[in-house]
Amino acid sequence: MSSGLYSTSAKEFDKTLDLKKVKPYGDTMNDGKTQISFTLPVPCGAEAVEAAKQLLRKMGFENPQVVFYKELAEGFTFFNCYGDCVHTVDFTTIHVPKVESKVWDMHETDEFIKEHIGRPIVVVGASTGTDAHTVGIDAIMNMKGYAGHYGLERYEMFEAINMGSQVPNEDLIAKAIEVNADALLISQTVTQKDVHIKNLIELVELMEAEELRSKMILACGGPRITHELAKELGYDAGFGMNTYADDVGSFIAQELDRRLNG
Amino acid sequence: MKESKTGIDFKKVEQARKSARAIAEDVKKFADNYTTVAVERTLCRLLGIDGVDENDVPLPNVLIDELKEKSVLNQGIVFYLGNALIETKLDPQSIAERVSEGTLDITQLPVHSAKEIQEVIAPYVRKSLDKIRSNRQRRENYIATIGEGSMPYLYVIVATGNIYEDVVQAQAAARQGADIIAVIRTTGQSLLDYVPYGATTEGFGGTYATQENFRIMRKALDEVGEEIGRYIRLCNYCSGLCMPEIAAMGALEGLDVMLNDALYGILFRDINMQRTLIDQYFSRIINGFAGVIINTGEDNYLTTADAYDEAHTVLASDFINEQFALQAAIPEEQMGLGHAFEMTPDLKNGFLYELAQAQMIREIFPKAPLKYMPPTKFMTGNIFKGHVQDALFNAISIWTGQGLHLLGMMTEAIHTPFMSDRYLSIENAQYIFNNMKNIGDDIEFKKGGVMQTRAQEILDKAVALLGTIEKEGLFTALEKGIFADVKRPKNGGKGLNGVAEKGTYYSNPFESLMKEK
Repeated sequence: MSSGLYSTSAKEFDKTLDLKKVKPYGDTMNDGKTQISFTLPVPCGAEAVEAAKQLLRKMGFENPQVVFYKELAEGFTFFNCYGDCVHTVDFTTIHVPKVESKVWDMHETDEFIKEHIGRPIVVVGASTGTDAHTVGIDAIMNMKGYAGHYGLERYEMFEAINMGSQVPNEDLIAKAIEVNADALLISQTVTQKDVHIKNLIELVELMEAEELRSKMILACGGPRITHELAKELGYDAGFGMNTYADDVGSFIAQELDRRLNG
Repeated sequence: MKESKTGIDFKKVEQARKSARAIAEDVKKFADNYTTVAVERTLCRLLGIDGVDENDVPLPNVLIDELKEKSVLNQGIVFYLGNALIETKLDPQSIAERVSEGTLDITQLPVHSAKEIQEVIAPYVRKSLDKIRSNRQRRENYIATIGEGSMPYLYVIVATGNIYEDVVQAQAAARQGADIIAVIRTTGQSLLDYVPYGATTEGFGGTYATQENFRIMRKALDEVGEEIGRYIRLCNYCSGLCMPEIAAMGALEGLDVMLNDALYGILFRDINMQRTLIDQYFSRIINGFAGVIINTGEDNYLTTADAYDEAHTVLASDFINEQFALQAAIPEEQMGLGHAFEMTPDLKNGFLYELAQAQMIREIFPKAPLKYMPPTKFMTGNIFKGHVQDALFNAISIWTGQGLHLLGMMTEAIHTPFMSDRYLSIENAQYIFNNMKNIGDDIEFKKGGVMQTRAQEILDKAVALLGTIEKEGLFTALEKGIFADVKRPKNGGKGLNGVAEKGTYYSNPFESLMKEK
């Protein structure tokens, strides 16, 4: 154990919160305390620990402490570390593009659709390309939903068609034309080597070629998807971690209302 | 057997088995009359045909595509190959090469009698069976000499996409305590109607299953096994459109464990149900003969359907998979029937329900090396909570004596495991397995308590469900979406055009020989 862990010597730093200079919080404002863990491809020993500390300094941590290390395999050492981050960010100038709609629950969304659209909204969803994961699209669409948020199938005012996984973009478009979809939902879980980006772009291109892009609301979702990324790729919205059918349903309802009723 | 903790009625278990048997027999009656392109390619491989043509098309595909184009797939490759062996005096590999070069048309040769064909094929059949037997012997020798880990076997996955990188990860995992290494396949391989050839270094979310990759990993695991004094089992995925082919490749390369579910491809890969049920039968015969532990995929139902509400579908499917396995002469000791720890962590008493179900499945299939799957659906990216969820799962596994324990990763839902993720996961399991070693021997369930009630309720529901499927037939049940809330049409899905009704000249010499052992 590093002796710094039990140090009682007072550190001189300003303990008032300044949103222009935000840094990590351990138990005292501006202490910068951060936990980090990683593996280095070096043999376990004192040199490995020193290497980890040097790396932590380069990462911008003062007082680097290696609190645990262990050889994982010959030539690989794992570290749990703490350090005091020297960097700060200006929170007051941050702007993150977000889906600009109000999030309602199922009942509110259904009521809104009844009043403003006057018919059920047709949504086709799929996990496209070679992606075999249905967990994302199921969480949004299946009756049961996820974590207590009912899926679109349960909504009175959504006609939800879940095509499942490994759906080619062409098949998705064919289905969308067949059922005269108002909105398409694409789920992408596998992101290795950015395969999801290629796939998402291909769909937009195909839709543009078919002159469908402006006729349907197009949204994508998945653990590595952000609204910003989705917009960049030509989608109307993107739904990442910790978003549910509520977010997707209320967005589609409001966006369709905007398009139909101005 | 030991006193039942769950207090289930074993007459009901018998009733469930009887229904499952009827369901499986009904399917077999259908499947017996058909072959598929995958079954025929498997026969090519078992008869020693390997390699690719100048366009990287595997020679088994070249041969079988030829039969299909000429609309004679129904007579089977053994018939045409038999005639060709007699007429050309070449071996199967040379015949395949000539067909691929376009210098030989095996469908236009004089027809020989079934007896002549059987005789000329026999040495190749024997050679292949001997090779598989010797692999089985190799495994048994290793276990007898260097030993193996104790159950529950710690089962980890590697999935870098590069077989050589997988080797590094796999050997590291074995040194840390893993007993089984599964090389996850690249996304989408299950939908390829061929098996790629050679060593591969590119894949998405996994590594191609190829015979060369099997060989490379087998060698690496034998090396590390000898070094650490513990036999390390190799697992791959015998599902999708090449089910029996991958079984054959695994048997030829000494794999130990194969994912091999009768229904998985239908439900989750939209592979045609007729195709899958025909393919699964031959694939299981091969796995049975090779001494391979099959894993069934019931855990997957719970990633789409709700784990609390649909627990009985897991049990019902285990019963059906057991009967399919028995048909293929797989002994109970090789049946890694699947189930999973997938209830939402928010559920009050969720641990008790999971424990009750795991114990119930243990009691119903006492000899099976049950495959127990970790939480995945409710792993959120909160790695700290995830590690605790995995700990609860580990506790149930040791408590109820599971067989194959797929290690949960706290970074599930984030990335394919880092080397350190695997270390932390193994450490977690080893700590709990050791610390709670004999808890199952000491603790009984309260009569009429939460756990007994849960187990009995699941069994009742499974019995009722199997009764319904027995009446309607499995095909209709799948059309109605009984498993995993997924509906599949009998004539829909991928691969139906690779199915043919067996003709008068059809034969498969391996089927009966492998079943006899």
